[in-house]
Amino acid sequence: MESGNLGKAFNDGDVIIRQGDEGDCMYVIQSGAVEVVRHVDGKDVPIATRSEGEFFGEMSIFEREVRMATVRARGPVRVITVDKKNLMKRIQEDPSLAFRLLQTMSQRLRELSGEVAHRKSR
Amino acid sequence: MKKDNFTEAFGKADTDSESALTGGFELTDGSRVAVLGGGPAGSFFSYFLLDIAGRVGFVPQVDIFEKRIFSKVGAVGCNMCGGIISESLVQTLAAEGITLPPTIVERGIDSYILHMDVGSTRIDTPLQEKRIAAVHRGAGPKDSTGTRWGSFDGFLLDMAKAKGANHLQGQVTDISLVDGKPVLSVKGGESKQYDLLAVCVGVNTPTLKHFAELPIDYTPPKTSKTFISEFYLGEETVGKYLGSSMHVFLMNIPRVEFAALIPKGDYVTFCMLGEDIDDDLVRRLLETDQVKQCLPPGWEIPKVYCHCSPKINVKGAHPPFADRLVFIGDCGATRLYKDGIGAAYRTAKAAAATAALHGVAAADFRKHFMPVCTSIERDNLIGKFIFGFNRRINKLEQDRKGILGMVLHEQEKPTRPKRMSMVMWDTFTGSASYGDILLRTMHPAFLFGLVRHIVSSFLNPKNFNGRKG
Repeated sequence: MESGNLGKAFNDGDVIIRQGDEGDCMYVIQSGAVEVVRHVDGKDVPIATRSEGEFFGEMSIFEREVRMATVRARGPVRVITVDKKNLMKRIQEDPSLAFRLLQTMSQRLRELSGEVAHRKSR
Repeated sequence: MKKDNFTEAFGKADTDSESALTGGFELTDGSRVAVLGGGPAGSFFSYFLLDIAGRVGFVPQVDIFEKRIFSKVGAVGCNMCGGIISESLVQTLAAEGITLPPTIVERGIDSYILHMDVGSTRIDTPLQEKRIAAVHRGAGPKDSTGTRWGSFDGFLLDMAKAKGANHLQGQVTDISLVDGKPVLSVKGGESKQYDLLAVCVGVNTPTLKHFAELPIDYTPPKTSKTFISEFYLGEETVGKYLGSSMHVFLMNIPRVEFAALIPKGDYVTFCMLGEDIDDDLVRRLLETDQVKQCLPPGWEIPKVYCHCSPKINVKGAHPPFADRLVFIGDCGATRLYKDGIGAAYRTAKAAAATAALHGVAAADFRKHFMPVCTSIERDNLIGKFIFGFNRRINKLEQDRKGILGMVLHEQEKPTRPKRMSMVMWDTFTGSASYGDILLRTMHPAFLFGLVRHIVSSFLNPKNFNGRKG
């Protein structure tokens, strides 16, 4: 059923977005998984992994900053690109479309707060 | 015929004063909602109603009445549609967390090939990514056996059921209003009263006749006929000859608006839009060189094949709501010719949000649901102008050559702005609003480019004969 695959295919290790690049879209994982890494002091620090159904690169939808991390394929991956312009048009008509994005970003912020608190307490 | 009480008493009062009168029209825990029709409009409405209601803390009881069996091939599970999920809808659904699996999507489309009598050219998606999905609404054409792909409508219905909706297969035989609330009677079963009835049927069903007998002010949509057929080629042959491209035919054949070949899994779907489409017209187009060159050598129209001439909505219902009644998708407002499933999603979600967050009175639907329908209908007026202009331009060979020449010029180098290519892409894939498309055609660079290529086709007519890109 390969003919029915949507999105764009990436192989293991392929860079999907690169830290520092400008972005005008986000991505939704159709199948497979990706790892999010941040380049700090010459080292790649793994931040998170994202799998099927999850999205990444969403910050460029809300900000005009450059990508804050690199996202690489972990094994074969298919992702669907969601254009910023298309999404903003839809959100203008239906603001509730942003709810899932905000919910997920809120969850990620909660996890991050927990992580920061854990590190500071050590 | 009486109008609903609210409309009769207050006519089109301003929305603020209407809102003050909606007491008793709010949905709460256990409110009963009937959804007539389990196609995309019905499933999207049920899914989003349960989703939004859950977010604000109540659980309505949602019954979807759908007698079709989407797991069965042929008419019993078919919804008579070309089966294209537009690029914008694929992206929006992905953002909603609804990913379409390859067990439902028969082919991902990443390009289209424009065929004209003066030549043809390929146009890729802006990102060269498969963001258009070709599906079968049911389990496949009537002669298919052992299909490996599932029904798109069945997938959405399962999604609504997983959210908590009940699927009832009984046939609805009567619809009435008792004390202002809709009552549905099912064949061989009992009648049940509901707090809200969401009508999500198509324009090809006799169900809409029930609403002519109700004391509401509902004018059904105006319709036009189209033609859809399915030809078996086998998965390998479909891939070899049609690839992952939709083939669009803009030919100078009277009464034909346009036609398309859509590659699916084992089948190719042939769609035709125009006026008074009959067998002769279908045969005439299928036998053109442009269509034949897309199909295997020696291919001939089979003696028996799955085909239908369904009606499509070309002017929306008015008004698509009343107290405790809302008409969603094809029986309400939908996009002209394209992206009917996208329109079903938009109107279904607007109706679900209205019912869950504001209420189910006519005033609530007028204030929160109607703007989406109006926006679609206004855009359709622009769509009619675009297709009318397209029809005129198609009559003149030099104009057709000018359009093709401009697309070919744009496709020669990746760095060149794709003004005509994207206008054509969005017109034929339904990926952008007609208003947006019209705006782009008014850009001075677009107009200058088109005039330049039309003039060039006059000056160098031989350059264009049979050109391919």
